[in-house]
This record gives sequence, structure tokens and C-alpha cells, in this order.
Amino acid sequence: MLEGLLIGLQTAFSIQNLLMVVAGCLIGTFIGMLPGLGPMSIIAIMIPVAISMGDPSAALILLAGVYYGAIFGGSTSSILLNAPGVAGTVASSFDGYPMARQGKAGKALTIAAIASFAGGTLGAVLLMVFAPALSSVALLFHSAEYFALMVVGLSAIAAFAGSGQVAKALIMTILGLIMATVGEGALFNLPRFTMGIMDLQSGFGFITLAMAMFALPEALFLVLKPKDLKGGDGEIKDLRITKDEAKAIAPVIGRQSIQGFFIGVLPGAGATIASFLGYAVERNIAPKKEQDEFGKGSIKGLAAPESANNAACTGSFVPLLTLGIPGSGTTAILLGALIALNVTPGPRLMIDEPQIFWAVIMSMFIGNLVLLILNLPLIPYIAKVLSVPRNYLIPFILFFTLMGAYIGQNNATELLILVGFGICATALKFADYPLAPLLIGFILGGMMEDNFARSMQLYDGIAFMWERPMTLALLIIAALLVVLPSYRARRSKARADGVADGD
Amino acid sequence: MALDRWIALVLLGVCLTYGYAAWFTMDGGLPPFMQRNPIWPSTFPKVLSILGIIACVIILLGLEKSEPKEADIDYRRLGDYHLDQALMLLALMVIYALCLRPVGFLISTSAFLILGSFILGERKWHIMLPVAFIATGTVWYLVQEVLGIYMRPLPGIFGG
Repeated sequence: MLEGLLIGLQTAFSIQNLLMVVAGCLIGTFIGMLPGLGPMSIIAIMIPVAISMGDPSAALILLAGVYYGAIFGGSTSSILLNAPGVAGTVASSFDGYPMARQGKAGKALTIAAIASFAGGTLGAVLLMVFAPALSSVALLFHSAEYFALMVVGLSAIAAFAGSGQVAKALIMTILGLIMATVGEGALFNLPRFTMGIMDLQSGFGFITLAMAMFALPEALFLVLKPKDLKGGDGEIKDLRITKDEAKAIAPVIGRQSIQGFFIGVLPGAGATIASFLGYAVERNIAPKKEQDEFGKGSIKGLAAPESANNAACTGSFVPLLTLGIPGSGTTAILLGALIALNVTPGPRLMIDEPQIFWAVIMSMFIGNLVLLILNLPLIPYIAKVLSVPRNYLIPFILFFTLMGAYIGQNNATELLILVGFGICATALKFADYPLAPLLIGFILGGMMEDNFARSMQLYDGIAFMWERPMTLALLIIAALLVVLPSYRARRSKARADGVADGD
Repeated sequence: MALDRWIALVLLGVCLTYGYAAWFTMDGGLPPFMQRNPIWPSTFPKVLSILGIIACVIILLGLEKSEPKEADIDYRRLGDYHLDQALMLLALMVIYALCLRPVGFLISTSAFLILGSFILGERKWHIMLPVAFIATGTVWYLVQEVLGIYMRPLPGIFGG
């Protein structure tokens, strides 16, 4: 391994590759910040650039830099505008945005930067140590386990919905799953629920839905109730975090980096599930008093998804580099780029071309450092977005929302769907329905059905649910996640009643 | 009945329609070789429709107690807020969507940005116009030249 490290250092520290890291991180951060352009689209756009360089290590370093830069940039727009640019940073807006509204935007961005840095760096260390070993664990996972894992991920959403909200979170999740079945599925090649409309043949666009669920209602709320927008003091002060706060988030970052990394290793899971699961886990193990702060600007609630999603990004490189199996859409695009450069990722990569493998890992350390150094001083300038007067900001938010949906699909009908869903989402928001579960259900829906169908076919029925111990255990965890919060709410209420009676 | 239960009622309707489509209309056209599969295209939707109906009924009957929270915006007094502005902006977005192709990116986007801030009550034309034009030009340049995504800049009659 030491030999590998040295090869990696040698390759990663060449001038060209250092430039690639910096360029990738910068491009990723800025594009990731724009709501609607996620790591997938930007990496896809960067592929021609990467391929024309001709050097596989440099290309992979550039694309990897774009990837975690985008995740990092996505958290900035989640925190400042509540408009996540990337699905993996949706969970960061739960606590980051309330913090920004309380005037603690600087602190929130600092915490996000530190948590991302720690998550990414710890993830890279783990990648270095575990990459060979973990590939065998990931191989044990079968489509039945993937299905069960996704059920756990979705139940976790209900688990952190808060008291009195479990049913609403569930219905929104199911609605998301239902929307994911619209269009032509990979397994059946039959158009379903399209009502004969050609535009629905390929299903709803993820970006359109994300824009309609988050950015549009937020902008409409700003229009309806202007005094909420703190247009005047976009000044980001108080970037520092206190010693107590550092002490509070340190264990969270540690736990979530490790958990996020392992979730990222599992194909199909990735940064999105890692961040949601990380948020849910931290919320559930926090003491009762801190639990109430989650969703209202808890620093732990921000640190958890931020470290988890960065660690998961790093983790998702494990199946790509060691097995040649892309675990997510983004790594699938990376795989395509590598093959175009005549490199075949897989078990032989570490033996045949160790300099690529180790250089990428080394560049991850450098990239995370670059992100931290570039972004901490830049935060006050990035946050200037908040000081733009409302009359200009709102048309621009609406415009970027529309552009995000348009660029992805190049289809003006998508814009009409966006407005329609946006109105529905605003009505749901009025009635206090949580919107994030719908989007997560939608993202996971397709994958979940594919894995469900595959295991049904392999076991000729639903026997896989109890015949595979790992599946069974995961499904039991999922059931507990749904039942426990309502049980806990009932118990705490009973206890509260008891106290009242005693008085 | 509160709005959240009205919405639950609407969603129940959605789930019932979806369930009807899944349970009664989808299996008829299934080719024979697929009927031997343990899983049909309708299997997953069937499960979803039942789960959805259960969740809707739970909300509709108020089985899960929740304490009323103070909402950000009270929908019962929508008229107190800037509802007119919000509706006009939505209409503007629809018009923009319809105009983007025929009128071209540059004109429709500048018009959208100017009219958007006009609706919100901005009247400083000497700021509005340059901001809109510069932003439109920059975005168009970035998307078209840097990212290489084609967007028709001018109306079709000018050969855009």
C-alpha cells in the first residue's frame, strides 16, 4: 500500500493534475450552486473536455473534483435559498435554511464546509483502507437486499417526519413512488399510466419535479409574504463556530462520515440516501431536548447530512474502481468516460494501472483541502446572493428554476409541467405536507421497483423477504422506523398527561 | 374541514383512480409470456395504491393526532398577502414557457426578467433594463457557447 501511496502522490502532485483538481472543484462548486444543474449533468457536459485531455488520471481527477465540488456547492444553495441544486443536499436544507433565516448563514456555511471537508477526507482514508475489502461485502448484496435497503431509506423519511406528521410523510413518499411508475419502465418496456400523452412516455423529469417541489413554492412564498426575506442584511458575519459547537458536532461528523461512506459503497444507495439516513439517525439518537431543534436550525442536523453526503460520494468510487460497477448515475457517467479513455475499471485496475487508482485517491485529499481553502474565505461573497433586492432576486430565482428544467430536457412542455406541479406543491405546503419525501420516493421509486422485480423473478414470489436473513433484518428495521416515532410520541404524550394530572 | 384533509381527500381520489387503473385496466393487454412472470407491470402499482389509500384514510379520519402548528402563511387569509403578484408571476411563467421557442431566448428572457420585477413593484428602469439585458446575454453565452446547448436566440423569422 505504501508503494501505491507514493505512486499516487507522485502522479497527483504534477502541475497538470493539481490544476485539474482546482479547476474541477471550482467548476463543480459554481455549477452545483445553481439549482437544477446537478453533478450528473455537469459531469456529462465535462466529458468532452476530459476525454480530449487524453490522460486518464487527469481526466478522472478533474471529473471527481467536479463531482464533490458540485455536492459542496449544492449545499450552499440549500442553505441560502432552500433550493437544493443536488438531490444529495436536500437534507442539508432542513436545518441549514432555518439557520440562514435566523441570521446565522455564515455559521451554517462554515459548518457545512467543515463537515464536508471532514466527510470527504475521512471517506478518502476509508476508501484507501477498505477499497479492496469492501468490494467483497458489496458483492454479497443481492437485489433483494437493495430493495430492502431502499425500503429502510424511505421509512427513515417517515421516522424523521416529526410528531403528527408520519402519515403525511408516508402519503407523500407513496405519491413520489406512484409518480415514478409513470412512463416506460426498464423491466417491462410497457408505457404505464401515461394516459396516452406522448410527453409522459419517458416519465416525469427529476429536475422538473425537484424545482417544482422546492424552488417554486419557496419563491411564491417570498412573493406572498415579503417581510420574510431578509433582503437588507445579506452581510454574513460570525463565520466562526464556538468551541462548544465544535464539540457538539465532532462526534456527529465522525459517525456520519463512516456511515455515509459505507452507504455510498452500496450501489444504488449513494449520497442522497446517505444524507437522509444520516439526518434521521442523528435525530433519533439525539437527546430529547436537541431533537426538537432538528428542522429549526440545529447545527447537528446540518453537520450530519453534510458529512454523510461527501463521504458517500467518496464511497461510491469503491464499486466503480474495484468492481467496475457504477453505483449511481454520476459514477456511471465516470465509467463511460474511463472506458472512452481505454481504461477498464475493475479488479484489475489496481494491478494494471495503480497510478490511476492511487492518484485519484490522493487527489481527493487535495481536492477537499482546495474546497475548504477556497470556500471558507469565499463564503461572505457567495452569500451576497442574499443581499440582492427582492424585486430582482425573485424573477431571477424563477428564471433559474425554468432554465434548470429547460436545459435538462430541452422541452418547453416541461416548463408547463413545472408550473403545474409548482402550484400543487404550494397548496401542499400550505397544508403542512412535507415535500422532500415525495422527491425521495420519486428518485428511489424506479430503482426500488427494478430490484423488487428482479428478486421476485429470482425467487419466483415474495419468499425472498424471509429466506434471506439480511433482507429480513433490513425490512424489520424499516418497520421499526415507521412504528417507533408514533409509539414514542404516544408515550411522551401519555407521560405529559401524567405530569399534568399530578399537578 | 381543514385544508390538509381536503388534500387528503383529493389524494385519495388520485390513489383510487391509480388503483383502478392498476387493478382493472392494465392486466388485460398483457402478453401471455409475461403472465407467467411472478411480477407483472401492475404488481408494484397495486401495492402502492393500497398503501396510498391506507395513508390517505389515516389523514382523512384524523387517526394521527397532531398539534396545530403556526404555519408560515395562513391559507384562510390568502387575500391578505400579495396573491395578485403571485398569480401574475405564475401567468408570466406560463407565457414565458409558451414564448421561449417561437420568440427566441434573448427577447423572451429579457422580457421575463423586466416584467417580473415590474410586477413586484420595481420602477427603476435605469437599473431594471441593464440588469435584465446583461443577465440574459451572460446566461445565453454560457449555455450556448460554453456548455454547447443550443437555444434559439432570436425569433424564427430572423433565421435564429
